[in-house]
Amino acid sequence: MFLYLPIAEISVNVIVFLSLGIAVGTLSGIFGVGGGFLMTPLLIFFGIPPAVAVGTEANQIVASSVSGVLAHWRRGNVDFKMGSILLIGGIIGSTFGVWLFRVLRELGQIDLVIMLSYVIFLGTIGLLMFVESLRTMVRSRSGAGSRRKLHQHNFLHGLPFKMRFRRSKLYISALLPLLIGVIVGILSAIMGVGGGFIMVPAMIYLLGMPTSVVVGTSLFQIIFVTANATFLQATFNQTVDVVLALLLMVGAVIGAQIGTQLGAKLRGEQLRILLALMVLAVCSKIVYDLVATPDELFIMVTGAAH
Amino acid sequence: MIAAVSIFGLWLAVLLQGTAAASTENPVVVDLSKDFVAITAGFTGTEVLLFGTTAGKGQVVVIVEGPAVNATIRHKERVAGIWVNGDEVAFENVPAFYQVLATDSLDEWLPLPLRETNQIGVEYLQIRPLGDVDPATAAEYRNALIRNKQLAGHYGKVEGRMTIVGGRLFRSTVFFPADVPVGVYNIRTYLIDNKRVVSSQVMPLTINKTGLEADLYRVAHKHSALYGIAAIVIAILAGLGGNMLFRRNR
Repeated sequence: MFLYLPIAEISVNVIVFLSLGIAVGTLSGIFGVGGGFLMTPLLIFFGIPPAVAVGTEANQIVASSVSGVLAHWRRGNVDFKMGSILLIGGIIGSTFGVWLFRVLRELGQIDLVIMLSYVIFLGTIGLLMFVESLRTMVRSRSGAGSRRKLHQHNFLHGLPFKMRFRRSKLYISALLPLLIGVIVGILSAIMGVGGGFIMVPAMIYLLGMPTSVVVGTSLFQIIFVTANATFLQATFNQTVDVVLALLLMVGAVIGAQIGTQLGAKLRGEQLRILLALMVLAVCSKIVYDLVATPDELFIMVTGAAH
Repeated sequence: MIAAVSIFGLWLAVLLQGTAAASTENPVVVDLSKDFVAITAGFTGTEVLLFGTTAGKGQVVVIVEGPAVNATIRHKERVAGIWVNGDEVAFENVPAFYQVLATDSLDEWLPLPLRETNQIGVEYLQIRPLGDVDPATAAEYRNALIRNKQLAGHYGKVEGRMTIVGGRLFRSTVFFPADVPVGVYNIRTYLIDNKRVVSSQVMPLTINKTGLEADLYRVAHKHSALYGIAAIVIAILAGLGGNMLFRRNR
């Protein structure tokens, strides 16, 4: 069953893309990750133009974050004050990111920048996750646990504009979450991701937020940042394909249910290694595509006549 | 079956028209099975039947030519081990689609000056580089453009062959792939006899998105901000809907 995508301007197999949505949705359900960092490269592998993959994925993440944040909100796991500061940064970052996206697209370098960003981030995250879960497996086997401080005090705590964040039990400079928001916002616009995979570690290790509020707060921020990215990509680059987004949203909703139920039954550490390997596999494929000599050394971009 | 009958009917009509035409000054008549190709949600490419008749003498060449667009060709270069886009040449007056169909292989019956003036064959397309580009570079990039177009199935690698029936009727099919460029196409038909064009005919073929696909594309480009807001609203509703489903199942 084929469906013609109006913005991507290609005809795709509905079953394939629905399955893709379900598969990535299942992973999100199991691991509580957004899945954008897997979905965008997969869309590109399946022939969606990179620019459209990025714009459309931002749109889909709005849906999955809305769905995800409600559960956390009900349990009171959203720090709205911290979320708002991150959000201000995120709006600045994603606006700048979409502008950068447009400039790079006109220079003909957007595909390269998207791919390189993925190599850097997927490579780093995949390796860290792989090492971390191996270490935990070894540690749980030897039975020794180590105690950590709530959070370390470093130079970051000397910055001005200190604010109190009740829900996160923190008294830190507002500049720090603002900066994290800006960086994640830029990534969100260029890579078509929510940025949870950067923000969550940053919130835990840099800001020292309690783990319980991290996911809810990041989801709250991601909704608005990806909504901003969707709006700007649609307005300035016309790269949001709602038909494709809807297909992915349906898949993701089904997948998230499967994932949550599976996640409760499966063992965490092995799963985490599996996810790490998957991330590294996607990363390797991108590296291969960048390095392998293409069959055709000239590529074509067409546009309407003036 | 019904299609076969209707095509037979068309043929008959053309045959009659053709015979009538032969007596008046119109030695070649051509028509298409449809003059509008609609790109709808289920579009996966389509074939259009082209058929016609001649007075019995000469060879027929048909050019299927898409709208003129601009195209940029970028040369990939290896920088620090990875392939990046380097130099580029922009071209104008590039047919978005181009196929040649003929009743015989293109040899001496179709003299080169004739091919040049009528742009018969990809090598005779009047594609012009934009800006100041030296001829050797322009030629290299022009060839790359044609290769890219051929790879996409938008330009024919060789001319298509038309079947001739009874020395007078000819027919062929043109395949338009799923990513066919939209716009108004020109179908140019030439009757060549004695190394001269004795008759020619131009007819349009429109290929366009219709229905929901067309509306979405138009809104996305004409009312981009509205489209963006709608996309967000859809996503929020989908998220809420998904969450409700999720809670009920728990």
